Amino acid sequence: MSMPVESVIVGSTPETIEEASFLGDSLRAFRRNRMAMAGLAFVVLLVLSTIFVPWISPHDPYRVALDEQLLPASATYWLGTDNFGRDVLTRILYGARISLVVGIVPSLLSLMIGTVLGILSGYFGGRTDFTVMRLADMMIAFPSLLLAMVVMYTLGANLLNIFLALALVGWAGVARVVRAQTLALKQKEFIEAAHAGGTSRPTIMLRHIFPNVVPTLIVLFSLSIPEAIMWESSLSFLGVGVQPPEASWGLLVAKGKEYLFQAPLVAISPGIAILLTVLAFNFIGDGLRDALDPSMKD
Amino acid sequence: MLIFVIRRLAVSIPVLIGITAILFVMLNVVPGDPVALMMKEHASADVIERLRAQMHLDDPLITRYLRFLWDALHGDLGMSIKLNRSVTSLILTAFPATLLLAGCAAAVSWIVGIPAGILSAVRRDSLLDNFFMGFSLLGVSMPIFWSALLMQYIFALKLKWLPVSGFYGWKYLILPAVVLGWSSAGVIARLTRSSLLEVMRHDYIRTARAKGLREVRVISRHALKNALIPVVTIMAIQVATLLSGAVITEAIFGIPGVGRISVNAIQSRDMPLLQGSVLFATALVILGNLIADILYSVLDPRIRSEMKRDV
Repeated sequence: MSMPVESVIVGSTPETIEEASFLGDSLRAFRRNRMAMAGLAFVVLLVLSTIFVPWISPHDPYRVALDEQLLPASATYWLGTDNFGRDVLTRILYGARISLVVGIVPSLLSLMIGTVLGILSGYFGGRTDFTVMRLADMMIAFPSLLLAMVVMYTLGANLLNIFLALALVGWAGVARVVRAQTLALKQKEFIEAAHAGGTSRPTIMLRHIFPNVVPTLIVLFSLSIPEAIMWESSLSFLGVGVQPPEASWGLLVAKGKEYLFQAPLVAISPGIAILLTVLAFNFIGDGLRDALDPSMKD
Repeated sequence: MLIFVIRRLAVSIPVLIGITAILFVMLNVVPGDPVALMMKEHASADVIERLRAQMHLDDPLITRYLRFLWDALHGDLGMSIKLNRSVTSLILTAFPATLLLAGCAAAVSWIVGIPAGILSAVRRDSLLDNFFMGFSLLGVSMPIFWSALLMQYIFALKLKWLPVSGFYGWKYLILPAVVLGWSSAGVIARLTRSSLLEVMRHDYIRTARAKGLREVRVISRHALKNALIPVVTIMAIQVATLLSGAVITEAIFGIPGVGRISVNAIQSRDMPLLQGSVLFATALVILGNLIADILYSVLDPRIRSEMKRDV
C-alpha cells in the first residue's frame, strides 16, 4: 500500500550516530518539519484519548440501547450511534487501543527478526546469506494480505495471531534493508580495525554494526506502523482479524457497512480514524527519514 | 539476454517451490479433519475412513506434499471440499474477472499516475504539485475497503450514477477499478515525480537545454526516456499490490474473482481451495517480478551488465 521499504532506505549509511551532534541535528531537523510535528501531535493526542476515554466519554462502548439505534450525529452522540445504539465516537476510541497496539507490536517483532537475520546474512555471507535471502524472497513473493489470511486460517483469528501473521509478512523487507547496510558497513575501515584488534565477531555485529543500523531501523519502524494498521484493519474487515465484541477500526467499518444508507457515519468515521492515523505516522516516518538521513530527500 | 532470462528463471523456480512447501505445511498442520468437515455428522466412521484413504490423508506429510507438488505441476490443485469441484477449474473460471478488474485498475493508475507525476515534477512545489501529491498520499493512506465503501455511498447510493455491486457489465467495473487503481496511482505518481526530478539534474539535460530546445521537448524527448524506466518496472511489481487489493475489492463489490474465492474458502474452511487460490496468486506475483526484472534489463543496459556479474 505504500512504497516498498527498500526503495526508501537503500543507500543510506548513517555513520555518526554516536556523535551527540548527529542526534542533536536530527532532532532539530525533525522539529523544523511541520508535517512531522503535526503527525506527532495527532498521535500523542490519539494515544492520550484512548487511555483516558473511560473518563472523557460519558458513554459505555458495550451498552446496548435498542431505542437509540443509528441516530444521526448530535450534541450527545457526536458521530451518532450504531445498530445497537452505542456511541460511534466512543467505540472508535476504544477501537484505537487495538489498532495502535497492532500497529506497534508486529512492527517491533518484524524489526527484531529482520534485524537479526539481516545482520547475520550480510555479515557472514555465503550459505547463511543465501538461505536467509531466499526465504525473504519467498515471503516477499506472497501477496501480503493472502499470507496473513493463511496464517490466520491456520492459527485461528485472535489478537496474538494477528501479531504473528503481520510479523511474518513484515520481517523480510527489514532483513533486506539491514543486510544491504551491513554489507556496506563491512567494507568500512573501522570494522576492519576491529577485526585486526581481535574483536570477536558477535561483538563486532552487536557493538559496531548494529548501532549504525539503528537510524534506519527507527525510520523503518515508524513507516511499518501505518502499514500494520492497514493490514490489521483489512484482516478484521474480512472477518479473519479481531473478533467481536472486541472492536478494531477495520471491524467497525465492516459492521457499519450494513447500515451505509441509513447511517453512513457508522462505517465512514472509523475509516477516517484509520486514514488520519496512517497519514500521521507516515508524516512522522518521512520526517524521521529526512532528519536521520538527509541524503534521501529528492 | 537469453542467458539473463534463464538465470533469472533459475532463481524464481526454487522460490516458487519453496512457497508451495511453506503454504502446504501451514495449511496441512491445521487442526480439524477436512473429511469430517466435509461430511458433517452424517457419515459413519467407515465412510470417513474410506474417504480419508481416498484423499491420502493418512500418508506422511512429505509424501502428501510431493504428491501435491506433482499434481500441481500437472495443473491439478485437488478438489474443493465444499463445492465438490476441481480447484483448478474454479480458479480458471474466476480468473478472467480478476484479470479484468486488475487490468482496468492498472490502467487507471497509469493514466492518472504518470501524467500527475510528470506535471508535479515539472511544476515542482507549485499548487498543482501539492494538490497531486496530497491526492496520491491520500490514495496510499486510505484502506481500500474504506475508499470502496465511500465510493459506493457517494456514487451508487447517493448520486445513483453507478451500480452498488455485482458483475454484469462495464458499468459494474468502474467503481472497483477506480478504488483499486487509486492506491496504485499514488505510488506511481510519486515515483514518476521523484524519478523525473532525479533525471533532470543530469548533465545531458543541461546540454539539451543549452542547445536551445524547448522545455517540453527536453522533458518529453530526453528526460522521460530515462525517468520512466523505474516506473515501467514498478508496473509489473504492482501485480502483488493489485492482487492483495483485489481480494478486498472483489469482496465488497461482489465480483466473482480469485480474491473472492480465497475469502470464501477461508470462511467455509475449504483448505484445498484456499491452498490453490493462494498458490495461483503467488505464482502470478512471481511472474510479475520476473517480467519486471526482464523489462528493467531490456530498458536499462547498465542493469544487464551488472546482473551478469551478480547472478
